Amino acid sequence: MSGFSNIATFKHGVHPEEFKSFTDKLAIERMPFVEDYILPLGQHIGAPSVPLVKKGQSVKRGQMIANAGGFVSVALHSPVDGKVQAIELAETLTGKMVQSIKIKTDPYSSQLLSSSNPGDYRNMELDEFIKSVQSSGLVGLGGAAFPAHVKFKIPEDKSCKIMILNGCECEPFLTSDHRVMAEYPEDLINGAKILNHFVKAEKIYIGIESNKPDAIAILNKKLENESDWIEVVPLEVKYPQGAEKMLVTAILNKEVPSGKLPLDVEVLVSNVSSIAALSQWFETGKPLIERVVTITGNAIKRPANMMVPIGTSMREVVNYCGGLNTENYRMLLGGPMMGMVQRTLDIPIVKGTSGLLLLTEDNVSTMDEYSCIRCGRCVEACPMFLNPSVLGMQAKKGLWEDMKDNYVMDCFECGSCSFVCPSHIPLVQSFRVAKGILREQKAKKALNNKGNE
Amino acid sequence: MSKQRKAIISTSPFLHDKATTPTIMMEVVYTLIPLVALSYYFFGLGALLVVVASILGCMVTEYVFSSGEKWKKLKDGSALITGILLGLCLPPGFPLWMAFLGGIVSIGMGKLIWGGLGQNVFNPALVGRAFLQAAFPAAITTWNAPTFGSGWFSLNGTNAALPFLQAENVDAMTSATPLSKMKFDHDFGSATDQALGIISGSLGETAGVLILLLGIYMIWRKIIHWRIPVAILSTVILFSGLFWLINPTIYPDPIFMLFTGGLMLGTMYMATDLVTSPITPKGQWIYGVGIAILVVTIRLWGGLPEGVMYAILIMNAVTPLVNKFTKIKPYGYK
Ligand code: SF4
Ligand code: SF4
Repeated sequence: MSGFSNIATFKHGVHPEEFKSFTDKLAIERMPFVEDYILPLGQHIGAPSVPLVKKGQSVKRGQMIANAGGFVSVALHSPVDGKVQAIELAETLTGKMVQSIKIKTDPYSSQLLSSSNPGDYRNMELDEFIKSVQSSGLVGLGGAAFPAHVKFKIPEDKSCKIMILNGCECEPFLTSDHRVMAEYPEDLINGAKILNHFVKAEKIYIGIESNKPDAIAILNKKLENESDWIEVVPLEVKYPQGAEKMLVTAILNKEVPSGKLPLDVEVLVSNVSSIAALSQWFETGKPLIERVVTITGNAIKRPANMMVPIGTSMREVVNYCGGLNTENYRMLLGGPMMGMVQRTLDIPIVKGTSGLLLLTEDNVSTMDEYSCIRCGRCVEACPMFLNPSVLGMQAKKGLWEDMKDNYVMDCFECGSCSFVCPSHIPLVQSFRVAKGILREQKAKKALNNKGNE
Repeated sequence: MSKQRKAIISTSPFLHDKATTPTIMMEVVYTLIPLVALSYYFFGLGALLVVVASILGCMVTEYVFSSGEKWKKLKDGSALITGILLGLCLPPGFPLWMAFLGGIVSIGMGKLIWGGLGQNVFNPALVGRAFLQAAFPAAITTWNAPTFGSGWFSLNGTNAALPFLQAENVDAMTSATPLSKMKFDHDFGSATDQALGIISGSLGETAGVLILLLGIYMIWRKIIHWRIPVAILSTVILFSGLFWLINPTIYPDPIFMLFTGGLMLGTMYMATDLVTSPITPKGQWIYGVGIAILVVTIRLWGGLPEGVMYAILIMNAVTPLVNKFTKIKPYGYK
């Protein structure tokens, strides 16, 4: 695997315009403290956190205010010194109402971090380490917000030979991972060391798309004096290079079997920003109370990469970035390929918010739909080698079972097919619907079977 | 439906590739313009009018008989392509009313009765051409010798024939096409003449080299699938070359095979029709090789001098099957 003469990549995929120049050269700024914070208890995948504080109680910046609500769940910490205003329902992503802890900032506080020292990881057993990570509130910062410790706990019957740190950031517009790699390279390398103390992979690759030459150069420089346990792999700029399966294929030339995880081929993939945050927890005791968010798009006056305390209202962040250029904007969370539309700015930044996209209407495609002309562009785009053309026709007719036979469950909703389709057929959009229906049917069947037993 | 559409569009992805179905179709139209111009130059005004008549037949039918937003249907440009292609594979002296009728049949029988764009099994232009061949076997085999730029304003006498009146063929320069010469006289003519288009034949058949270049351009622009032309042309060379090596006095050489008749036009513009060719890579190879073998077989041993049309129509018919049996293996099923 040494000496990449040919730049590593996967087969198929698409080349959307990158739009990274808005922010890719901008150093990370700090978002100033604001008056109010809203911390939803369920901002990660899994069980919601359980509050440890009461209304009216004073809290410190970095203090744990909610505990993990199960193994697949993480702790939550206060981003500021202040007072608990309320624990009540508040609007969060996609308009959902969830239980949240509301904190009013203490305006006279110095906001110094007060955190318990997690202790030296070198003296920890695996279980202690996993518990410690869980109590730091760490989740995957790439967007999925899956509890990091769950991923780090390799099941007994599996092993991890290779670790891949995912610095692709293949979604257009987003630059937060890029800036973290460029500005916190030591944290990334140290985090890899800490994690590998427990995971014991033979080799660690840092996969970075080659449109981030500065990050690649900085990391290579920092790694000069290291032995070859860790190596930077420049990757072709192609979407969705950062999808776990594609990344494993690009770097190791292996396929992850259908329905399985990279770990089933002895690979652990983790986002670079999460690994940097892991290091900060063990080195300084700072739990996950802030993260880097890219605020970008043509509708924002001053695009920026910002270190934002979790719980800050998006409106505050937008105002800090000079406000909006236009009344007619569309707001997305995450990148334009897989991100979610957001209705209002009055929701908090959460742990999984990697980017806040404010697009003018002309950025957004709303075009006439034509019939499928079987041009095959979707087939040549799909990184999973599915046939979106056939799936699309079956979706129009509601043939869910046929779609299942055509592997729709293997679709990971990257959107490449819809991106290329010249007839603007809502392909991935209808696959999401089909997958939902198929999942529901399966659950119903399982329930019926149980009832019959 | 429109309400639902809106809801769907407001989910990701929010970026879109620039190419749209109308732009792709229009790009094909642009590549056809030089061909139409060339046939005008070679065969005079009559040739141009034949193309215009068949375009009109196609567009009028599309507009009148398609449901829903009529102008939008025309906007996708596919009827225009069908019209030009049909016109290009008709003789320059062809009665205009027949060309118009051919256009109607192309769109009506070749596309609309199947459910419109994307639903048809057979290439519409070839459906129209097959109809005309069956209905007017005499007119469609009357070829004119090229006039080389001297016919800018002159019609072929037969162009103006009125419907169902037997037109007298007043054109004295009628000559046999190279393929029928080959077939019936074993006279192969000059390959350079054929490649450059200085021979008689239907409009678009006479400029093999130009069509080849346009095809390469379309492949480069990713408008057509590269595998189909590569499969057809290489199989024709190998298959006919084999017989030529065995007995060059009976069998024509491969270059002759490539540049005569409708092979080049059929390969680049009809076999590669996106709608009626397989979508899977393996399917495209099978389809291309199949067309080539049929063409050579019909040309060398069949009862007709030319087999491109039937070869493509036959392979169109098996395309749904080919698609079915050449499923792509998804990622993760090794
Ligand atoms: S890209 Fe669109 S038009 Fe082309 S084959 Fe796929 S679904 Fe059909
Ligand atoms: S079918 Fe699914 S996996 Fe394939 S390109 Fe479309 S969204 Fe991506």
